[in-house]
Amino acid sequence: MRRIQMTVDGKPHVADVEPRLLLIHHLRENLGIGGTHVGCDTSNCGACTVLMNGESVKSCTLLTVQADGQEITTVQGIAENGDWHPMQTAFHEQHGLQCGYCTPGMIMASISLLKENPNPSEDEIREGLEGNVCRCTGYENIIKAVQQAAGQMQGSSSPVAS
Amino acid sequence: MTQAPEKYVGGSVPRKEDPALITGKANWTDNIKLPGMLHFALLRSPVAHAKITNIDVSAAKEQAGVVAVFTGQDLMDEWGSPLICGWQMTPDQKAPDHYPLVTDEVNYLGDPIAVVAATDRYTAKDALEFIDVDFEELPVVTDLEAAASGGPFVHEDYGTNESYTWNLDIGEVDQAFSNADVVIKERYLQPRVLPTPIEPRAVVANPDPFNGGFTVYTSTQIPHIAKYVLSILTKVPEQKMRIVAPDVGGGFGCKLNVYAEEAIALALARKLGTPVKWVEERSENYLATTHGRGQIQDIEIAASNDGKIQGMRVELIADMGAYLQLGTSLIPVLGAFMYPGIYDFDAYSFKCLSVFTNKTPTDAYRGAGRPEAAYAIERVMDALARRLDMDPAEVRRKNFHPKFDEPRNQPAGIQYDSGDYELTLDKVLELADYQGLREEQRQRRETNDLVQLGIGFSTYTEICGIAPSKVVAALGGGGAGWEMASVRLLASGKAEVVTGTSPHGQGHVTSWSQIAADALGVPVEDVEVIHGDTASSPWGRDTYGSRSLPVGGVAVHLAAEKVIDKAKKVAAHMLEASEDDLEFVGGKFSVAGSPDRGVTIQDIAGAAYLAADLPEGMEPGLSEEHFFDPPNFTFPFGAHICVTEVDTETGKVKVRDYFAVDDCGPVINPIIVDGQLHGGIAQGLAQALYEEAVYDENGNLVTGSMVDFLIPGAPELPNFTLERTVTPSPSNPLGVKGVGEAGTIGAPPAAINSVIDALSHLGVTHIDMPALPFNVWRTIQEAQGGRAGTRDLDVSGRPAQTVDNVDDKGGESL
Repeated sequence: MRRIQMTVDGKPHVADVEPRLLLIHHLRENLGIGGTHVGCDTSNCGACTVLMNGESVKSCTLLTVQADGQEITTVQGIAENGDWHPMQTAFHEQHGLQCGYCTPGMIMASISLLKENPNPSEDEIREGLEGNVCRCTGYENIIKAVQQAAGQMQGSSSPVAS
Repeated sequence: MTQAPEKYVGGSVPRKEDPALITGKANWTDNIKLPGMLHFALLRSPVAHAKITNIDVSAAKEQAGVVAVFTGQDLMDEWGSPLICGWQMTPDQKAPDHYPLVTDEVNYLGDPIAVVAATDRYTAKDALEFIDVDFEELPVVTDLEAAASGGPFVHEDYGTNESYTWNLDIGEVDQAFSNADVVIKERYLQPRVLPTPIEPRAVVANPDPFNGGFTVYTSTQIPHIAKYVLSILTKVPEQKMRIVAPDVGGGFGCKLNVYAEEAIALALARKLGTPVKWVEERSENYLATTHGRGQIQDIEIAASNDGKIQGMRVELIADMGAYLQLGTSLIPVLGAFMYPGIYDFDAYSFKCLSVFTNKTPTDAYRGAGRPEAAYAIERVMDALARRLDMDPAEVRRKNFHPKFDEPRNQPAGIQYDSGDYELTLDKVLELADYQGLREEQRQRRETNDLVQLGIGFSTYTEICGIAPSKVVAALGGGGAGWEMASVRLLASGKAEVVTGTSPHGQGHVTSWSQIAADALGVPVEDVEVIHGDTASSPWGRDTYGSRSLPVGGVAVHLAAEKVIDKAKKVAAHMLEASEDDLEFVGGKFSVAGSPDRGVTIQDIAGAAYLAADLPEGMEPGLSEEHFFDPPNFTFPFGAHICVTEVDTETGKVKVRDYFAVDDCGPVINPIIVDGQLHGGIAQGLAQALYEEAVYDENGNLVTGSMVDFLIPGAPELPNFTLERTVTPSPSNPLGVKGVGEAGTIGAPPAAINSVIDALSHLGVTHIDMPALPFNVWRTIQEAQGGRAGTRDLDVSGRPAQTVDNVDDKGGESL
């Protein structure tokens, strides 16, 4: 077992973990974060996407010990004072989700994408999200959601996205 | 109180489901944690076919954290029955005994052999490594034609791989063919595909200390059917069984089943007296969860020189896999009625030979038999157009049933409910600027553009709204095609709607709220929809086959109307008026001609609840239920055009545009309907262009993880240009038809027809799914008389494309 500490959605956590424990399982099993999901175990689908120090990572292929000392943000930590993040609002308004299982990862990947490229073209959004698989929507409404959020986040600053 | 608008149905009410899903607060099965809960893991067969000569679990039992290890033999006393196939397609259908854990023989890669229950999932999985199994390997059969023509046999005792042969013969088929000017005979392949909901399956079983029964939380489309079936499998009395489908992360048909792991969870919870959980890994999902499609289709049409179809013969070999799961044997036959498509002729014969192979069982996958049928008929229509040098749109138009709004006989002996096929075709031709596309295609051909343009049609219908109970019974499924809803107005005037449908992404909560709000005259936010828990929603037949709206949504409407019928009596009593003089508008009953003399539905609900002053003999409360058993199926239809750009040097296919005009009857919520079409078309394009579950000759699933099985991402898919027409169905009072599978049915032939169309001037007349670049490139080389190198011999694992069949390339080469 190894002692690690990390900040998750703004709260510090200390834990003793097996070196082989995957970050996704630490988040879900030890910290009770049910909003980050396992979809493939091979880092292809992106359902497990979280931000580490503001950058998207796939928590199903990251060891918990690799996140020692880091700052992790999940979909449960992006609303502010009860107000949804613009990306959450956009996914709702553009019907960018159906079953919703890929959605937390898709939202986190989209936030990361806009951080790198605040005003992406449609093609850039499609390429930027290629590591996240959705089986329900056919992606069109997800693209629209990212476009809407990009428009709304221009000029405003969000602590996660800025 | 918020005033309800006059009508919610038809409006894009934002989804009520979304807030929990976008904030990470949804309740997936894997989120459930119960005190003392154990995790279990399954040892799965590493070989496709073998006798088990010895199993030693002693070392596994000694591992720290391991609570129990059981083999198939250890659990035999737990079962009241083997796993169940719900469909007896013929009296002599062969359905091998299929227990949750095997005892002496494994029949496919992944067949479960033993189970470990431990304190956490890592420990359970580690302990699997300590189980020793000795196998005596048996010959493997994966190829469908080999399975159909003799040994090796999956189940040796049968002396055959045939499960059943199902025939349908309507009209004078031989005569139609002997009189025909033109006969077209084609062979098409339906590769197996992996359904891949992004949430794999998961189950938690919890002993109920109060009644000695069990609660099972499971990622399923069918909690109600699962309750009945699991009761039979495990001998837990049905009345002591509660099934909950929490939030379910997609299903696409593969969660329309009752699986070994659900029965094992119950057996472990009972034996160990503690809650247990199993969560499927993706690589496990690809072995243990049913696959879709898997057919060889021989289709033959007889036609006149002017393009009129006179008869059709279809022969299938359908891949059952190693066992029959809940609906395995039904799937190809569900397609039997749909091969004639939307075309009007008299003579049709269909034969399906269903065979066992040493592979994961097949079962429903979005569309379930109908995409296969639509693919074959729509491909052969293009072949007919090429033969007669007709435009593919016009050869279709020539054969359409004329517009109809009452049930109309079709060639397979059933009745379509309503249709206006020309209208959808006309609209899609305009939407796509068909003439403009043909002009662009001509120019690209003239300039020998390396990237050629393809225009692919599909004009389809599908059989939905499953189903009239009598028809289900006649097909061999027992019956129970109904759906049930209850609607109640509470003391406060808020509404609860209980539905037997079980959504997993379709937005029933929102759509059913709209239907109920309109009928009851209440604000949509005042309606709560309760589903997915057999304790709170005891009656239901669940969600599949685009049935939820045309059966379950209609039940909501009819139950709500019953509530209003009773409310009217209360209103007449309160207003001291005759019922005949009352009108109900905007949630208020008022006396005709005296709009000030009225009472709101909320006030009536309060009065019915208090029951202090009700009409003589009336029971208190406003709570009604309705079982709706539809008189007929519904038949949504549409016309699609897929526009591809095909790189003739690399074989890469890009879907440039996708135009679809669909008719699913009146639309409850346009954003949800469009979303269903987007997702369905995407899944259809995925099958046509990218996806294939490949087995090697030893029965190994070569595409056993998402690393190897290509699910298209955002860069691979286009935007969708949609329009719709509205032809109400006479099958139900809302006129609705269902939309969940439309795109998956319409898209594959449109895509493949488009690829062939792009390359037709090069002599290409046929290509199989998936049209991956190498497949396209090879097809171009062969059409040009070139040699495609040696890699074209490496076709192991593809049905009917083994080395023995390289001369038989299918399609028009037959």
